[in-house]
Amino acid sequence: MITQRNMILLGIAFVALALVPAVSGLFLVYLVTEIMIFALFALSFNLLLGYGGLISFGHAAYFAIGAYACAVLLTTLGWPFLFGFGAAILLSAVSAAVIGYFCVKLTEIYFSMLTLAFAQLVWAIAFKWVAVTNGDTGFTGVAVPGWMDEPVRFFYFTLIVLAVCAYMLWRIVNSAYGMTLVATRENYNRAEFIGVNVRRIQLVAFVLAGTFAGVAGALFTLFNHAVFVENAWWTQSAEVMIMSILGGVGSFVGPAVGAAILLILDRSLAEITVYWPTVLGIILLAVLFFFPEGLMGVAKKAGRKGK
Amino acid sequence: MSMLTIKNLGMNFSGFKALNGINLEIEEGEKHAVLGPNGAGKTTFFNCLTGQLKPTDGVTHYKGKKITGLTPSRIVNLGIARSFQRINIYPKLSVFENVQVALIADKGMMFNLIRPGAALFRDETAKMLELVNLSAEADETAGLMSYGKQKQLELAIALSSEPDLLLLDEPTAGMSPQETVDSIKLIGDIAAKRKLTLLFTEHDMQVVFSIADRMSVLHHGELIATGSPDEVRNNQEVRRIYLGEHADDAA
Repeated sequence: MITQRNMILLGIAFVALALVPAVSGLFLVYLVTEIMIFALFALSFNLLLGYGGLISFGHAAYFAIGAYACAVLLTTLGWPFLFGFGAAILLSAVSAAVIGYFCVKLTEIYFSMLTLAFAQLVWAIAFKWVAVTNGDTGFTGVAVPGWMDEPVRFFYFTLIVLAVCAYMLWRIVNSAYGMTLVATRENYNRAEFIGVNVRRIQLVAFVLAGTFAGVAGALFTLFNHAVFVENAWWTQSAEVMIMSILGGVGSFVGPAVGAAILLILDRSLAEITVYWPTVLGIILLAVLFFFPEGLMGVAKKAGRKGK
Repeated sequence: MSMLTIKNLGMNFSGFKALNGINLEIEEGEKHAVLGPNGAGKTTFFNCLTGQLKPTDGVTHYKGKKITGLTPSRIVNLGIARSFQRINIYPKLSVFENVQVALIADKGMMFNLIRPGAALFRDETAKMLELVNLSAEADETAGLMSYGKQKQLELAIALSSEPDLLLLDEPTAGMSPQETVDSIKLIGDIAAKRKLTLLFTEHDMQVVFSIADRMSVLHHGELIATGSPDEVRNNQEVRRIYLGEHADDAA
């Protein structure tokens, strides 16, 4: 069974990840932690883009809401870790529900534009509400619990959260709901005429994606001990889209792989050349022209040929 | 009480009256054909009944409940399913999945985040594919099948919503003569087996006379006659307008 093989591969990937701190220095521990956080962000985004066919230009909003809420609740309000972390995720979910309610009323480019507009609104609040967010200076000095304030421990914390969230997302995309979501992507009209309330299906996708993005955002705050307005800026939404396309939106793990590639390229190329964004542009053009299904699409094809 | 009561239905596309003053009652178990040449308003008529379009005039009741203004999905949930003149399936999904997802929706499982979708209603899906003679094609990509088979699949999708009233928009359009004969027999058999009420549009007289027990004629957006096939065939106005124009079909 292919799914069984995939599960084994995923298992191997997680074991390999778990061994990273044992065999490498702190630099790699930090890098892989960051990759895991953005992998989760990209996996959440792909629920919309890959499975729902919904092009959101504003997914950074829920990442930022989770990140800021986590920072404010733990630091300013001094909540205990689990409550603050949980409430931050809940707030992302609620925001996604409210914003999504309006966005799914529109389709195609109008949907995309509205997601962007709302995300820029979130950014504006982060930027202007200085008393709470510390504006463009950024919210620094987050009160991270002591037990977590150690790179290797935080690495394992992130790995566990990623594993749990990835498993949940995997179950969701393969559930009865996940199949219905794919049907709405494939043919909106036909889905309506088998009795599916398409908007509501899309709203659920929006809320789920926003929730898991919020988890990634909260992790990001704990990782950096800080959150900045740039995390709510539209380029962050573009980045997660680039990750997904690089890795391949047609596969479950593709966006996570894309997150790893983008961050590794970013770290290695940014040191070599100041023209790194140009290089990234060329890579993206090449992917779109020659491998429109992303890296995982290429891997799948190679796998089929190998058999 | 009639199953479907259509009163004074009208559809006005910025000045163009695509439908005008349609009154029609469909009884339970009836096989009702709507006949009319291309452009007569047949598809607009169906779109107005099923929520695809919101009619500008009139009101439709189904089993005593007003359905005008409801969304397509609500209307399907009440028990009215339809097929489309232009094939409307999930072309990239497998034939099996096309039907399976319709069953998931029909059984109210579409918001279930836990149960694996691929494992649900497998027997029911297989039975449905058997009913429309697509068992052998279950694993094929739906959009790559022949035109006639895609039409059969669309019928299976519509039937998966377990409708009491089935609307078929030109079920034989684009089919070869043999495919037409086969699919008409199939539709007739299924309608009898499942005690379906059938409302279908058609431009082919032979098809109409072979399964309809009542029929209406639509001309320039207006119903000019309703009755048994024989009554309609002998209607003076119908003969003048419709059969006159299509003497070859009538012969």
